[in-house]
Amino acid sequence: MSDKVKVTIDGITVEVAPGTTILNAARQIGGDIVPPAMCYYSKLEGSGGKCRTCIVKVSKGSEKDPRPMPKLVASCRTTVMDGMEVQNITSPEVIEARSGVVEMLLINHPLDCPVCDQAGECDLQNLGYEHGLQKTRYEFERRTFERIDIGDKIQLHMNRCILCYRCVFTADQITNKRVHGILNRGDHSEISTYIQTAVDNDFSGNVIDVCPVGALTDKTFRFKNRVWFTKPIDAHRDCPTCSGKVTLWYKGEDVLRVTARKDIYGEVEEFICNTCRFDKKKTADWTIEHPTQISDTSVIASNHYDTLKPLPVIQDNARLQEANRVELEKTTKF
Amino acid sequence: MARKLLLEHINVPDIHTFDVYRQKGGYRAVEKALKTLTPDEVVEEVKKSGLRGRGGAGFPTGMKWSFLAKPEGVARYLVCNADESEPGTFKDRYLMTHIPHALIEGMIVSSFALGAHTSYIYVRGEMMPQIRILEKAIAEAKNAGFLGKNILGTGYDLELYVQPGGGAYICGEETALLESLEGKRGNPRIKPPFPAIAGLYGCPTVVNNVESIAATVPIINDGGDEYAKIGIGRSTGTKLISASGNLVRPGVYEIELGLPVEEFIYSDEWCGGIANGKRLKATVAGGSSVPVLPANLTLKLANGDPRLMSYESLSEGGFATGTMMGSGGFIAFDEDQCIVRNTWNFSRFYHHESCGQCSPCREGTGWMEKVLHRLEYGHGKMSDIDLLVDVSKKIEGNTICPLGDAAAWPVASAIRHFRDEFEWHVKEPVKSLNTNYGLANYAEPIAKAVSTEN
Repeated sequence: MSDKVKVTIDGITVEVAPGTTILNAARQIGGDIVPPAMCYYSKLEGSGGKCRTCIVKVSKGSEKDPRPMPKLVASCRTTVMDGMEVQNITSPEVIEARSGVVEMLLINHPLDCPVCDQAGECDLQNLGYEHGLQKTRYEFERRTFERIDIGDKIQLHMNRCILCYRCVFTADQITNKRVHGILNRGDHSEISTYIQTAVDNDFSGNVIDVCPVGALTDKTFRFKNRVWFTKPIDAHRDCPTCSGKVTLWYKGEDVLRVTARKDIYGEVEEFICNTCRFDKKKTADWTIEHPTQISDTSVIASNHYDTLKPLPVIQDNARLQEANRVELEKTTKF
Repeated sequence: MARKLLLEHINVPDIHTFDVYRQKGGYRAVEKALKTLTPDEVVEEVKKSGLRGRGGAGFPTGMKWSFLAKPEGVARYLVCNADESEPGTFKDRYLMTHIPHALIEGMIVSSFALGAHTSYIYVRGEMMPQIRILEKAIAEAKNAGFLGKNILGTGYDLELYVQPGGGAYICGEETALLESLEGKRGNPRIKPPFPAIAGLYGCPTVVNNVESIAATVPIINDGGDEYAKIGIGRSTGTKLISASGNLVRPGVYEIELGLPVEEFIYSDEWCGGIANGKRLKATVAGGSSVPVLPANLTLKLANGDPRLMSYESLSEGGFATGTMMGSGGFIAFDEDQCIVRNTWNFSRFYHHESCGQCSPCREGTGWMEKVLHRLEYGHGKMSDIDLLVDVSKKIEGNTICPLGDAAAWPVASAIRHFRDEFEWHVKEPVKSLNTNYGLANYAEPIAKAVSTEN
C-alpha cells in the first residue's frame, strides 16, 4: 500500500501525505480552487478553524466510508482521507456560505481602506472584492476602539481586527513569554496586552506580518506610502538573531520598510527579528538579491508581466491545458 | 402516579445528607457495580438501558462510553457537565441542591465503568450554594469509604473534585468546558479530535450531563432492561423537565418519556394548565436553543396525532413543524406574551454569550440582536424579517460549536411560525409598544394554521 492518499478537489485529483489538511492539499494543486484562509497560518501551531472562510463541502468522506459530511467543514483543520472528494468553488452552497462569512467579517470592519496601510496587501480586501456585496446590509453603528500602542514600533487598531488569533499564536510560539491575548467575549473581544503593557521581545514585530488586515501596523511605515507605489526587493544580511532574509520595500532610493518574505498565500517564510525590521533601513545594511516575485493577482504586481506562469498542475495535465488554452496563449504572448 | 427514579425520595427530610440517602437505599448501585460487575458489564447495562444524553443532544450515553479510547498507560477522565445555564433549564441545579448524593453515586459508578481514577464535576460559577453542597456530600461519601483509595475494599480508587466555572454559557459546550477546566480561556476546540480520543489534558475523556450520570444509578440498581421498559420507543426512562413560564405550577418534574404534551401542561398532576385562566400561545419545549412552536403544533403533530414528550415525537416533522427535546427546559407562553420580545430576549442572551472565536457567530449574533431590538421597539422594516432569516441561515452550520445553531434556531423558528406577529410589529410600531398581538390563530386546529402559513 502506498503511503500517499488520494483526494479530489473540484475534480482535480492529487496525492498527498496522510494527515495533510484539505487546505494544504488544495495548495499543492494551486490556483483558484485553493480556499481563502484568514486565520490559518501554516507556521503557527493550533491556528485555523476560526474565520470560517475556508469552508468546503466534503461530498464523499473517503473510499471506506463514502458518506458526505453533514456540514460544511473548515478545510484548514480537516484532514484528508483516501478517496475523499471535496467541492470548493464548484459548490454553490460553499460560495453562498463563504460570502455569508465575508459579510459577517465586514459588518464591524471600518472599511477605511483609503487610509489603511494594509490596503493593497490585505487579505480581507481581496476577499471582499471576490465575495462581498456592493452595499452593506448592516445599518447599525460599528464597534469602535481606541488605538493602542504595543511598544514604540507597533500600533494596534482594533477596529480593523477580525480576531483571527494569529498574532496571539505568534506571541505565544515565536516569542519566549506570552504577553498578549484576547480580552472579553463575543463581539466585544479584543486583542490586548492589557493596559498597553509593551510587548518587549526581539521577534515581536512579526505580529505585523501575520496580521491579515490592517489591525497591527508598523509605526515606522505608517502613512509613509501606499504599498503599490513601493518596489519590493529581496535582500539579506548576516543577522545574529534571525535568518536575515527579508524583503525591502523601496520608494526611489529609500527603504521605507522591511518585512519578512512572504509566499503566495501571504505567509511568512522565515520570521525576522526587530533589528532587521525596524533599525536597518539603509541599502548599505543589506546584500541585494533580486526583485521579489509577486503574485500576478496582487495590485503590487501591476506592470510585472513576467510573472504570468501556468500553475504546475496545469503544466503536466493535458486536460487542464486544453481547458485553459485561451489563458495560456495569452501568457505565451508576453 | 407516574414512576419516579431520580426524584423518588425528594421529599424525605435531610435526603441531602449521606446517612438519610444511604438509609433510603443509596449507594446500592456502587456496591453492586464495584463488587459484582466488571466495568464492561456496567457499560453494557447502560447500553441496554437505551439512556440518551440529558444535556441536549440526546446522544446514547452507552455508545458514547464505548467510543472512549483506552490506550495503555494513559489516564482517562470522566467530567460531569453541571454548567447548566440555558435560559429555561434548571433541572440539574434542583437535583444537585436536593439529592447531591445521587450525582456522586452516579459519578462513582460511571467512573468505574470508564476506568477513570480522577473525575471532575464542573459546576457553573453562579451556583455557589450547590458547589458547597456537593463538596460537603463528597466529604461525607469519602468518610464512609465510597471515595478515595480502595473503595469498599475492591481495590478501585477514585478522587472526585468539584470545579467552579467562571459563569460562561459557552463552557457548557464540552470542549470549552475542558479548556476551562484546564485553566484556559473557555473557547470551544475545533473537532476532531473528539474528547473521547483527546480531551482533558489530551487524555481520553467522557463529558456527561448531571442527569445522565445520576440516571446510571437506577440503571445499575434495576438493570438496563428494566430501565428500557419505561418510556416510549428509543426514548427510554424518565426525564427531568424544568417547567417555567405562564403555568399554574411551574417547577421541576420527573416524567416518563412518552407523556403527551397536552397532559403535561394541563393535568393537575403536572403543570396544572396556564396561569390566570389564559390560553396557551406558544412553547419552547427544550430550553431556549430549540425552535419555538405555536400552541397548535405543540399539542398536536402536523398529522393531528397528539405530540408526546419524547425525543422522537418532539422532533417529529423536522424544523418545519417540530422542535427538540433539548435539555428539558419547558417554557410556556400565554396569549399575552410577545413573541418578538421573547425572540429578542433569547437573541440578546446568545449575543452576550458568544465566545467570539469564529466569525459567523461573533458577528451574526450581535447583528440579529440589533435587528430584533429595532423590531421590538417599533423601528423595524418589513425587509428586516427576511434579513433575520438570511442571517440565521448564514450562521447555522457554519460555526465551530453548536452555539451558532442554538442562536439561529429560535430566531428562524419564531419567524417561521409567527411571521404575522413580526409583520404586525412593523405595521403598527406605536400600537405594538403598548399592546400585544394576542393569540391570533396560533392555537387553532392545525389545518387552518398551515393554510395561513402558505
